Amino acid sequence: MDTSTLPKAAELAGRAARNPRWQPGAALPLHSEIFAPATQGAGAGAALAFLQDALRDTGEAVSSLEERSVLWVQDARAIKLGGRPYRAGLPEALRHRLIHVAAKTPEDALFAMEEGLRCRDLAVVVGEVAGNPRALDFTASRRLTLTAEKHGISLLLVRLDAQADLSSARMRWRLTSAPSSPPRWNIAAPGRPAWHAELFRARAHPPGEWILRDEPERLAAERIPASGPAAAPDHGDLVRGPGARSLAAL
Amino acid sequence: MAIWCADLALDRWRHSEGCQRGEGADAAPLALITETAHGPRIDAANHAARAAGAAKGMMLADARTLCPSIEVRPSDPAGDLAFLERLALWAMRWGPWSAMDPPDGVLVDVTAVAHLFGGEQRLLADVKARCDTRGLGVRAAIAPTAGAAWALAHYASPGAILGPDEDLQARLADLSVAALRLDNDVLLVLRRLGLKRLGDLAGIEEGRDRKGSGRDAIQRRFRNRKSPSANPLIRMDQLLGRVPEPLLPVVPVTAPMVQRRLLEPIRHRQLLDTVVSDLAQDMARTLEAMGEGARRLQLGLWRVDGEVLVRELEMAAATRDPDHMVRLFADRLDDIDAGFGIEMLRLRAAWSQPLGLDQSDLEAAAEQHGTSLAACMDRLTTRLGTQAVQRPVPRASHIPERAQGWQPPLEPEPAEQHQLAFHTRPLKLLERPERISVLYAAPEGYPRRFSWRGEVCEVARVEGPERIAPEWWRERGTARLRDYYRVEDEAGRRYWIYRNGLPTDGRGGMPDWYLQGLFA
Repeated sequence: MDTSTLPKAAELAGRAARNPRWQPGAALPLHSEIFAPATQGAGAGAALAFLQDALRDTGEAVSSLEERSVLWVQDARAIKLGGRPYRAGLPEALRHRLIHVAAKTPEDALFAMEEGLRCRDLAVVVGEVAGNPRALDFTASRRLTLTAEKHGISLLLVRLDAQADLSSARMRWRLTSAPSSPPRWNIAAPGRPAWHAELFRARAHPPGEWILRDEPERLAAERIPASGPAAAPDHGDLVRGPGARSLAAL
Repeated sequence: MAIWCADLALDRWRHSEGCQRGEGADAAPLALITETAHGPRIDAANHAARAAGAAKGMMLADARTLCPSIEVRPSDPAGDLAFLERLALWAMRWGPWSAMDPPDGVLVDVTAVAHLFGGEQRLLADVKARCDTRGLGVRAAIAPTAGAAWALAHYASPGAILGPDEDLQARLADLSVAALRLDNDVLLVLRRLGLKRLGDLAGIEEGRDRKGSGRDAIQRRFRNRKSPSANPLIRMDQLLGRVPEPLLPVVPVTAPMVQRRLLEPIRHRQLLDTVVSDLAQDMARTLEAMGEGARRLQLGLWRVDGEVLVRELEMAAATRDPDHMVRLFADRLDDIDAGFGIEMLRLRAAWSQPLGLDQSDLEAAAEQHGTSLAACMDRLTTRLGTQAVQRPVPRASHIPERAQGWQPPLEPEPAEQHQLAFHTRPLKLLERPERISVLYAAPEGYPRRFSWRGEVCEVARVEGPERIAPEWWRERGTARLRDYYRVEDEAGRRYWIYRNGLPTDGRGGMPDWYLQGLFA
């Protein structure tokens, strides 16, 4: 193996310091994972918000991207826990572009996602898999990453009620719902969606926590300053459980 | 071409007993019987029994007096019919489509097919030989019309061929009127009138002045008989091809078809894949010549032992890419049981659509960047089923779960009436609404707290109600209205819940609450 092409340890250490913090409008990585509870719509909602954010940035340049379909793959347990997408509740721009795949098993869902990533006519593939199925191990996730990178189609994998196990995703988020900002006319009503987002592993950005708000024209993010002594250095995830290690830097 | 299995029931019985014709259990007189209201009646009798005097349709008691040693077995008409259907399917090896001719015959369309077998004589010889190896005694005949072929198979010498140039009437004149496929009572009438052969009937029809004046006389005699099998005139016309005779093929008639007859039966997957890819390339050429692409493909595999396996594929968009077809079929061939081998394969495009030629090098460049949407959808539906890959479309309904329909991904969207913009709908809808227990201040008021799936949610913000009345033109009168609320709890979880009914609407007791959707 030729080790000269690999980055040196000093470079790796320095890169994290040089890497800018994540902010809305950053390029959507080709494979991201979003961990969310199954009893909330936060995972799927944030996935669509990220997707729209990315489409808005590239949308003007490549207008044909606007009309490419979105493949939404769910396995049977995800459908049972969280329901199916509802057309009238989808963002206006995505309503007519959604193709839904209801896979029976996680294996079928992985197959459908991989086939979707191979398809040049899709804008993005959104996956929803519940729990930590045996089929979705590191090999499978690496396979998805490689396929996504080969064909340049993004994959947003929403993991419902799942532990953060070994994965090769480029960005890993943990999302829960957050109280929404009161709407202008009826302050007693729920407003536009907001989420508490924790980026706990990313290749290009240091970890951090944000409150994301899905504004009409953009995705707003409000950084939550890290609190407590443990948050000062960014290599805090070394002390997490052994399964929580991410190989995103591979 | 008509194939008549003269002894279908007995041939099946011999096959189940495992004995040859005239040997073993078949050597003694034997009859297959059905129980009727008047006692057992003979359905079929073997050669020895016929020699002793038993005949089809005879009561068993009469046959016993003629031949006391006769043995009986119950007959199996349902099994015979099922076998006949399989036989009709199998007989499609000789032509593009075949029809059952109950109780014991098969009709095969061999128009412009005979040359594939080396002529009509050889085709009939092939039929005879193949059926003999399966232990079926058959008589086959070829004629321009189904009626004539049937008549020749049943009442002419075996292997009769009536060419398209020959005079139908002259060739068939010597056959008995029973060759017209008439009911028994009509045959009795004709016999009493002295009309025994087709020639007699044709002579009457022409009349003395040879201008067809006799036709009216027959028409008057049978004026109340509308069914073809009760009216000799209609049957005669069908026989001579003057009126069409619709036949119901066992497999619907279709278009492009390619086939490979194999010298050696194949039993291995690798060889099968090779032949399938050859067929796909043949099919691609055929389709290209027609300027069409296949939407549905049927692959038939004829096994040596007479079974036919059929595998079907349906594609999201018309295609004639042989690699694509082979890849899709590869998934479907995993469960093939080749038995003693597969001797013939046929690929049919059961449904094809116009598809223009496209520039191949552009497609090749695109190939490196991934598959097209249609190809992707095909692969998904082939593995997951058509129900699994769908696109949500709006439907005209107020009830939320009914306002969304699903349709195949590449079909055009139906016209829709726009939703009102102020109706906020959830991102995800549960498969069915889940019952929740709710704490409220007033029964018609806002919910204060509810528990769902074991979690308690304190309602922090709420908007509602949005009242959706039941669709009275579709639902029963006892259906209750729904009051929908958008709620958000203190942790920020946003849900769509409804109260099914009002306490005072007189359609049941206190209304239940349900959670139906999740907001982003």
